[in-house]
Amino acid sequence: MEIGAYSFGDTPLNPDGSPRSTAEGIRNLFDAIVVADRAGLDYFGIGEHHTVSMPASSPGAVIAAAAAATSQIILGSAASIISTDDPVRVFQQLATADAISGGGRVEITAGRGSSVETFPLFGYDLADYDRLYAEKLDLLMTINNSPTETVSWSGTVRPTLDELAVVPRPFAGRLPIWLATGGNAASSARAGKLGLPVSYGIIGGEPHRFKPLTELYRRSAAQAGHTEGVDAENIKVSVATFGLVAPTKQEALDRFYPGWHNLNVEMGRLRGWGAPDRRQYLAQSHAPGAYYVGDPDDVAERIVHLHGYLGHMRHFLQGDLGGLPHEHLLESLTLLATEVKPRVARLLAAK
Amino acid sequence: MVTTIGILGAGRVGSAIARTALEAGYALHIAGSGPAADIQLIVDIVTPGAVAMTAAEVAATSDLVVLAVPMHKFRSVDPATLAGRLVLDTMNYWQPIDGQLDEFAGDPRGSSEVVAEYFAGARLVKTLNHIGYHDLETDARPAGADDRHALAIAGDADAASVVAEVIERFGFDAVYAGPLEAGVAFEPGSPVFGGRHTAAELTAELELAARETEAA
Ligand SMILES: NC(=O)c1ccc[n+]([C@@H]2O[C@H](COP(=O)([O-])OP(=O)(O)OC[C@H]3O[C@@H](n4cnc5c(N)ncnc54)[C@H](OP(=O)(O)O)[C@@H]3O)[C@@H](O)[C@H]2O)c1
Repeated sequence: MEIGAYSFGDTPLNPDGSPRSTAEGIRNLFDAIVVADRAGLDYFGIGEHHTVSMPASSPGAVIAAAAAATSQIILGSAASIISTDDPVRVFQQLATADAISGGGRVEITAGRGSSVETFPLFGYDLADYDRLYAEKLDLLMTINNSPTETVSWSGTVRPTLDELAVVPRPFAGRLPIWLATGGNAASSARAGKLGLPVSYGIIGGEPHRFKPLTELYRRSAAQAGHTEGVDAENIKVSVATFGLVAPTKQEALDRFYPGWHNLNVEMGRLRGWGAPDRRQYLAQSHAPGAYYVGDPDDVAERIVHLHGYLGHMRHFLQGDLGGLPHEHLLESLTLLATEVKPRVARLLAAK
Repeated sequence: MVTTIGILGAGRVGSAIARTALEAGYALHIAGSGPAADIQLIVDIVTPGAVAMTAAEVAATSDLVVLAVPMHKFRSVDPATLAGRLVLDTMNYWQPIDGQLDEFAGDPRGSSEVVAEYFAGARLVKTLNHIGYHDLETDARPAGADDRHALAIAGDADAASVVAEVIERFGFDAVYAGPLEAGVAFEPGSPVFGGRHTAAELTAELELAARETEAA
């Protein structure tokens, strides 16, 4: 099982709670990826958000920089909001990063975003939400599956490509493209039908309850004939959750809580929730909750427990949110690679 | 009495309500925006035991019809199919998800009152909107349990009492907030929304909100 991390960038806070610069958030993110690579983490996903607290707006740029500074870690967008971006550009940026990485370490995860902040930013109409996503995903796959540099495509949301070159091509011919979903059943069915690997973002509830969705995904893939031959290795599941690892469970709980609280205050203002509830935080931070906050044994056991339900091949955690002190993120990344990963491997082997 | 529940919307909320209703012993009909075949596999695996239909068939064959479609799409549901029906509105207007919708943002009334105007002829009750969809299944408890949570209901008293029985069977205490106008007390932005309350706590919140409305 691959163990990884993801981040939307986390703008650090001053002692009085006011935000420091968004540039510092990006620099910290870059440094964290380098530390994760050195420690031996398998995967780092860079999300796309456009807020002061989460400033990672350009996954492609961060991944290209990280590709040059790392040697073994897999780098991916998590996710690229393709509905409001140009799939030609997304592909070019990630294929460029793939070239810089030496090949084979760069992935794209395509999503539509759980909030719609990119629609006003890039001048799109929410009324076109479904069509934008469906067509742009189709374009992204068309480019990726093209046997040559020359691509043709037509649709309604973007000008036609009539035998135009889209370069560079990835080293391996194609980039792995994943589909991100937060648990809408139709998205699982779509990923299966398209034969794409699926990445579940599970931010609440009880993660093992996603089991039917992974079944739906695998059955949809089988019905569409993607579970035989070379396609079959593409039918796989990854899981992204909140989580932070510290030497002890108590330290992990204490370290993650302030950022979680800040995030929920900010989200609550946008979405009309009341004040965050510490009891709920604690419930979610213990099995079978959705926050993988704990010491290495606890987090490893819970990842393996979830694996029994979902059969996922990669589990990656977001720890830096709401102004988590940078050193706590770095320690978590190191523990994930050096302590959690071998425990997960051992527990899975013993099953 | 309700024996068959119909759900419009086979998304996150619709599926969670469907599983909860099946668990509680109801017959369950469910529809997405298209033909039944489009959601057949989803229904078989994600809400086993439910029957996939078109939206019009769901409306015609259920004792209680649950609206679980995105708020920015509620006008894609044909109001004629819901005339005379008991309808449960779970929908919230969420600017970050729905985008700017002037008919809600520019109207001081609660969202369910706006929705009820469109579904004139339906008996519309508001509830199940202030609990997160992944909490519905994990928080359900048998009657009398110490940690049982409560859900608020607004609407005409007779219709609300029918729905209250359903909420109780789902595993929650039902607290009547008053007519549909009272629904604003548990919309996004209210202290109730997204929180967890016992029946006593919820009653106190709703009374406080009612006093504030009166004073205003
Ligand atoms: N997030 C929460 O925890 C929460 C809690 C309480 C209430 N709510 C409310 O619940 C509603 C649904 O949210 P969601 O997250 O479940 O959305 P969702 O996952 O996007 O699912 C929406 C479903 O509605 C279907 N639909 C659209 N138009 C329809 C129509 N005319 N007839 C029948 N089905 C139709 C869609 O089908 P297609 O795919 O075929 O379009 C889809 O299956 C929203 O109004 C939301 O405000 C949310």
